[in-house]
This record gives sequence, C-alpha cells and structure tokens, in this order.
Amino acid sequence: MADVTRREFLKVTSATLAGSSLALLGFSPTAAIAEVREFKLARATETRNTCPYCAVACGVLMYGLGDRSKNARSSIFHIEGDPDHPVNRGTLCPKGAGLIDFIHSPSRLTHPQHRAPGSDTWQPISWDDALDRIAKLMKEDRDANFVAKTPEGLTVNRWLTTGMLAASASSNEVGYLTHKVIRSLGILSFDNQARV
Amino acid sequence: MTNHWVDIKNADVVLIMGGNAAEAHPCGFKWVTEAKAHNKARLIVVDPRFTRSASVADVYVPIRTGTDIAFLGGVINYLLNEDKIQHEYVRSYTDLSFIVREDFAFADGLYSGYNPAKRSYDKSTWDYEFGPDGYVKADAELAHPRCVYQLMKRHYARYTPEMVERVCGTPKEKFLQVCEMVGSTSTPTRAMTIMYALGWTQHSVGAQMIRCGAMMQLLLGNIGVAGGGMNALRGHSNIQGLTDLGLMSNLLPGYITLPGEKEQDYEKYVAARAFKPLRPNQLSYWQNFNKFFVSLMKAWWGDAATVDNHWGYDYLPKLDKSYDMLQTFELMNHGKMNGFICQGFNPLAAAPNKAKMNASLAKLKFLVVMDPLATETSEFWRNFGEHNDVDPSKVPTEVFRLPTSCFAEEDGALVNSSRWLQWHWKGAEPPGEARPDLQIMGEIYTRLRTLYKSEGGTFPDPIVNLSWPYAVPNSPTPEELAKEYTGRALKDLTDPKTPTQVTRKAGEQLAGFAELRDDGSTLSGCWIYCGGWGPAGNLMARRDNSDPTGIGQTLNWGWSWPANRRVMYNRASCDPSGKPFNPQRKLIAWNGATWSGVDVPDYKADEDPALGMGPFIMNAEGVARFFARGNLVEGPFPEHYEPFETPLAHNPLSPGQAQTLSNPAARVFPDDLAAFGKVDQFPHVATTYRLTEHFHYWTKHVRLNAILQPEQFVEIGEGLAKELGIAAGDRVKVSSNRGFIKAVAVVTKRLRTLPADGKPVHTVGIPIHWGFTGLAKPGFLANTLTPVVGDGNSQTPEFKSFLVKVEKL
Repeated sequence: MADVTRREFLKVTSATLAGSSLALLGFSPTAAIAEVREFKLARATETRNTCPYCAVACGVLMYGLGDRSKNARSSIFHIEGDPDHPVNRGTLCPKGAGLIDFIHSPSRLTHPQHRAPGSDTWQPISWDDALDRIAKLMKEDRDANFVAKTPEGLTVNRWLTTGMLAASASSNEVGYLTHKVIRSLGILSFDNQARV
Repeated sequence: MTNHWVDIKNADVVLIMGGNAAEAHPCGFKWVTEAKAHNKARLIVVDPRFTRSASVADVYVPIRTGTDIAFLGGVINYLLNEDKIQHEYVRSYTDLSFIVREDFAFADGLYSGYNPAKRSYDKSTWDYEFGPDGYVKADAELAHPRCVYQLMKRHYARYTPEMVERVCGTPKEKFLQVCEMVGSTSTPTRAMTIMYALGWTQHSVGAQMIRCGAMMQLLLGNIGVAGGGMNALRGHSNIQGLTDLGLMSNLLPGYITLPGEKEQDYEKYVAARAFKPLRPNQLSYWQNFNKFFVSLMKAWWGDAATVDNHWGYDYLPKLDKSYDMLQTFELMNHGKMNGFICQGFNPLAAAPNKAKMNASLAKLKFLVVMDPLATETSEFWRNFGEHNDVDPSKVPTEVFRLPTSCFAEEDGALVNSSRWLQWHWKGAEPPGEARPDLQIMGEIYTRLRTLYKSEGGTFPDPIVNLSWPYAVPNSPTPEELAKEYTGRALKDLTDPKTPTQVTRKAGEQLAGFAELRDDGSTLSGCWIYCGGWGPAGNLMARRDNSDPTGIGQTLNWGWSWPANRRVMYNRASCDPSGKPFNPQRKLIAWNGATWSGVDVPDYKADEDPALGMGPFIMNAEGVARFFARGNLVEGPFPEHYEPFETPLAHNPLSPGQAQTLSNPAARVFPDDLAAFGKVDQFPHVATTYRLTEHFHYWTKHVRLNAILQPEQFVEIGEGLAKELGIAAGDRVKVSSNRGFIKAVAVVTKRLRTLPADGKPVHTVGIPIHWGFTGLAKPGFLANTLTPVVGDGNSQTPEFKSFLVKVEKL
C-alpha cells in the first residue's frame, strides 16, 4: 500500500465496500450501476436563511452537501426562495437569485492580510498577530487621546481619535455586541449604513 | 415601515415617491401588484425617471429632483382647500386644535429665531401655548388664528398648483390628477400607502420630505390603518436592526439618545427624556424611560452598574457635537483621527466625494477592514489607474484586512423593513480562515481587557467592568446575545400590588418591556426587542405563516417589535368610541372591556376609549403632530429649499431671501462649501440610482450579477443627447466640481427635460454599482461626483441632487 495515496486508498476501499454490501443486500452490481444518478437535492441538507441584500428580507432555502456530521464540511450549491415565507412566497429577485455566486465569489477573503505603511502589496498575517497588533494600536491611541474631562471640568469620557463603521447586513447579535464593545471604549464616531 | 410588506395588499391607492420598489425591492413590490389585481388599487409614481415602478403605474408624474416638499406641500394645500380630510380622525388624533405661541413666526422662508452666522435656530418660539394647568391650550373649533390648523393652512396656501409646476416642472393637470386620487382616500373606508426609500432620505431636506408625506397621510386618516402608513423601504437586510440597536453616533439601543456633555446629572438626563403628558389622561409611554435605560446599563455593566454609580452613567461617553459619518471624515481629513474600523462597510464607495475620502483615509495611522469581500476601502491605497489614481508609497496607513463569514455561515436574527425579527440558520463554514464577526469582536475586546487589566491605562473601568458572561469569552454565541438584548429577570420579580406573588423568577426571560424595572432587577440590551426571546423561547424563529382573517397578519411568523405589533398606531384605525373606521379591514376594536383583534393593540389594553387617551402613545400629547415643535432643525412645518447644488438662482417660494435658496439650517463644512459647483460650469442635474440587477457595491463581486450588468453606464434623456450629439453607446465623461467618471451613455425617453422656474433642465441618471474591485468591468465609484452635505437632521448625504457637466468623449 506504500505507493497508494490516501485518496486512492479511499476510492479503492469504498468501491469494494459498496460492491460487497450491495451484493449482500441482494442487488447485483450491474443493477446498481444502471441506476439513474440521483438528484443532488435529494441528499442535500436544507437550511433556512434570509436574503442578505435589501430589507424585504426574503426567506431562502439553502441546499448544501454534507450532512453536518463531524468532519463533514458543508458546501452550499443551490439557493431558492422559501415558499412558506409570507412575504416572498418562494420568489427571488435578480439579486437574490444570484446568492450562490456571492457565497462562492472569487472576491471572498480567506486569510487575514496586512499592508505595511507605504507598501504596494498585501502580506499574509496570522489571526493572532493581526489581533494582537490591532489591540495594541487601539490601546495606544486610546491611552494617549482619551478625554476624561473637558477644560471646563465636565466629565465626558470620550475617545474621538478612533472610529468605526458597523455593518447593516450583519445580524442583530453582531450589531449588539459591537455596540457594547465600542461604547465601553468611549468611542463616539460610530455609524452604520443607516446614516447613508 | 409603520405597516408591513404584506399589508400593502390592503391599499386602495399606492403612492411610490422617493423610491423604486419594482427594481430595488422587487419581491416586496409584488404586494403592490397584489393590491392592483385583487383590491382594485391604483398606483401613482412620482419620480424624475420613468422607472419600472412607473411603467406599471396608473399615473406617472415627472418631478425635478429635490423638489418633493414643493409637490407634497401642494397636495396638502389641495386637501385643505377641497376639504379632502378625514375630519373625525384629524380632530381627535392630531394636534390641529392646539394653539401655538404668539411669538412664533414665519416669513420669507425663515422661521423665528434664525441665526445666520451659526446657520441654526433658537427654537424656543416653536412651541405650544400652555394653560395654567400645565396642559397645551386648544381650540376644538379650529378657529383660533394661531391653532395648528390655521397656521398650516396659511403656510401651504403659497403652494399652489402653479407654484408646483414652476418649482417641480410637473404639469399642473398631472399634479391635480394626483391630488384627486390621493384625496379619494380621505373617506374612512379608503386607505393609501406611501412607499419611499433613498429618493427621500438622500437630500439636504430629506427628513422634512418624509415628514411632509406623513402629514399628508394624517390629513387623510391613513396612519394606523390596514393598507395605509408611511413605509420606508429600507436598503440592507438588517439596517432596521442596526438602527434599532442604536449603532449611530448619537444613539444607544432602543432609540435612547446618548447624553450631551452638559448633561452631567443623571436624574436630569432621565427627566429630559421621560416626557410628562402634555394633555389630560395621556399615556406618554416614554415616562418609562428609566426602566429601559437601567435595564440596558445592567445588560452592559452587570454587577458594576449600581444605584450608587447611577448604573454606570459616567461610563457613557458624552457628546459635544454630532460625530456622524460626514463629521468623522471631516475630522479625519484634518488629521484629527488615528484609527478606524470598517466592519462590512465600504465608505470609499458609500461616502460622498471620493477624493476627500482617499485623502482622509491616507491620514490614518491604522485602518481595520472586516469584510467577506475585497472592498475598495480595503485597497484605497492601491493604484488602479484612473479609477483610483494614488501612489501607495505616499500612503502611510497601516491596513489590516480580516476575512469574515457571510449570512449563509452564521445563525442570528435580521430585522426587515416591516420590523420583523427573523432568525436564520448556518448552512456551511466560512471559507479558509474567515471568522464570524462575533468572534473577531470578542477577540479584540478580550485582548483589550487583558491589556487594561495587566498594564493599566486611561480610565479602564468601563472596559474591565463590562459584563461578559459568555461561555467562550473570545467567541460569544448568537443565542447568548439574543437572550441578552431581549432581556431577563436578575432577581425574582413580584407583583407591585401583591408583593408576595412572584411574577417572574430570577434568570427567566421576560415576556415584554412592561416587565422592565428601574431598580436593577431586570436586564434588557434593547428594550423594544424585549419579549423576542421570551419565556416560551426564541419567538424570532417561529415559522407559522397562518393568517386567520386573510388580512395579511401572520402574528406567529417571526416576531415584530414592539410587542409583536404588526401595524403601528393601530388604535387610530378605530373611531374615538373604539369601532373600526373600516369594518372590512378591521385590525383591532374595543369590546367594552378590552382591546383585541388580529393585531397587538397599540394602546393600553384595558383603556376605556371614553376616557380620551390618544392613539399616539409615544407622544406626550397623545396625538400626532403636524406642528413638529423643536424636533427638527429647519422648522415645525416642512418648507421647500433647493438642493445645495441647484440650477436655480432663487428659491421661488422665498425669492427675496438669499439665505433660503438651500436649507438654511444644514451643516456645511467650509472645504465642502468651496467644493460645490455652480450651474454656469455644471449645467446638468444629476441623480444617483440603483439597478434591479445589482445591490450597492456588493454584487459586482457576484458572477451572475456581473454578467447581467457588466459595465458602467450613465443614463441621459433624448434632449440632452441631441444637444451634445451623443448616441446610445457613445462614451461620455461626467464631471462635477469634485471629480469625473467615464461611462457608456444610455440614451432613453425615461429621463425627460423639465422646466425649472421656466428654464429647461436636463437630468442625468447615475447608477452607483461599479468600482475597481470585483468581477464586473472595472469602473469609477459614482461618489467621485457627489457633494458633501447632509440632511439637516440625519446628516444623510445629498446623493439625489447635484450638478454635473456631461461631455462626449
């Protein structure tokens, strides 16, 4: 077996297993091979979700390969309108109809990146290094520029030199946690797309 | 939306103005089609462009961009003159009879109290006259010369059909046709809905446009009824949720406003927001403000929020001015900011004047971008030829780009335009090393907390004391957070009348905001969501779509704030005695003992209507306001002002007054003022818009949509095309005083040349969807052209009206 790769090994063993167990159940291999290929949808996992674009919030059904068992990595291959949804009743618009291509867009970011001052390229960076550095930069700026009191003696506890724009396509839970963290730091410069 | 998507089917007249639902909200627009097909509804579309919504309208009316208040003011004038108002409704449910102070005045486009140097008003005269009992004085006969009815009548008498035609370019007979259709809904049995979007918000007088629409609806008795309402068609899947949760520079969750720096005293802060009733026997629900506020502070600071430290009031940052997005980039451009985080937001594309944005971002020390996609903002430092002509070596900003999961890869709730909180479920893992936003925020916070604990620093208290009870501290779960923002009891709650009776045990989720307390015994991170995850579990995840009466009320689908109510102000759908104005479209009714029906009553559940409590329970008056008092910066009644870049030299409604050409109370920064263009150099009016095939700057990364609309174009009318010798398909350059874009010209009949104060004006339509990253053909960010000035109240940029010059390339 030394020359057989892991993939080939799996192929050989699964074929053997499939063949032998089908035979045990009384199916001849010929009949099994002649069977029409089943629809992918038939063995897909259906997940209910909401279109992330406009605020009609159409219900969508996402179909993914992978049954959520441990080590099975799901991949969504089809999305359609949810016929039970009281607003969209199974329909989608030209934006929602393309959702599958958003999930699998070649523009999806997959790894943290860092652009050094003056550089013209991205460099990869580990999550830990990126987050450590961001936390350090934030703390340095807050410690240097936090305004606890105004010259007139008013307690204001604000940090004006760092700001944030939050995402109105993120969930309530993300929005809520983001707000909690940002205000605890004393940030005032803080908006989401509702401002635009 | 005061109402909801499905409810549109109940309308007799649909007015789409300041929006284009057929293309921007197609699956919601289906309910307009439903109303037309099954309720004999008639559709009116008022828009500068003959949109796809217009193409199926019964009446399409062109309007010059930015003149909607002149149009709507004209409709109000018509309704008052022709007596097309719902008398019982306006007399009982609005402020028409209230008497206004004697020193309140309006002349030449300005209200009393204007300070031209500050470009703002002293608003003290914009108020009612109060009697010795402390209540507002009223004249039930509506005859007092200073009652709201008489003042409003005088104000809009100037908005004649001739004036509408002169300002808006709308032919008088078309305008009157609209008035007649709108006026037909003043009977108690007919309803009109208004559907609007960014075509109303993205103006320097956007808030007043919307207010003007709401006033029209009130005159007609169309607020609070099935098939009526003011329905904002919101743009992002959770823009309603992020607004509710207060992710705005001046807000806390649940529309609680942040304190100003003068509000040093916690008790005074609360008193200024817990409005006392202004009329006898009114609910004035904001009197409960402190319960909402204390419950929020307990959610954020837990045991560290105590009665002795005013529940952590000092922890909150205090405002000296607005720190909205336009103000932020102004500060950044002046080198006054060092760090910035963009979470799923692409401001280089979304904020006005791209050149200013490039310059501002390059003055930062560090920029953190969290996004599923490679946005333009994350690459603002990179050279993309004329689409982003920068020299990276001259940009000293350190940039981090952190990959996040997308909707399909997470659980959680989104709030749609109808205020429905709907739970969604994760279907796959994010690609590569991408992480959920919750984890990234958790990681950043826990690192900061560790640093402040180990090395100290400036005012660490609110950071190290932040309540963080999550099982995995660097990665809180959606369930933990949803239970926290909805709310639970921290101690056993007892019935105030029988203190031995426990109504809610410590640790249990609460059924609604009526259970919230101001003694620290309850927690709720966003009071208007209280009950969404209640004692019975996660109501946001409900999927029962049954609609027992067929009126479109699916009360067991998801959960709607507030209190699962689907039509706000629904008490106003009944007459003063509690009988539905329209028995065919009954939402609720009084049965002699309680209010009930197919919606959750927006009223005290056992309030006898004979006692006179008004239906607008959040207002201290108990009724709806035509007269806004000091709540808006421009004045108590909407007045027409031109866009900041206008083809006109004078405002036709106040021609003698230079200060009132454009909004006299809008904030304009000096550099931005200098960057405005004039009509002699930039003779064409531009308006930005959206295509049905694209979503903002997002779907150009999506293959199907990039194929459907691959290349940047601008739309011009036949009149302008002829004048400049442009044929369909020619390339053109469109310039403003801030920059230029180049695109293919699409020549159509959809944009027509309209007269503005007698002079013909060409309108140019600029779809916004292209940029220099993604799968579609590279293009220019449309906001290269747009001016930096916001609505006077919301600071939403004026993207719908500005001046450009079109040239053939």
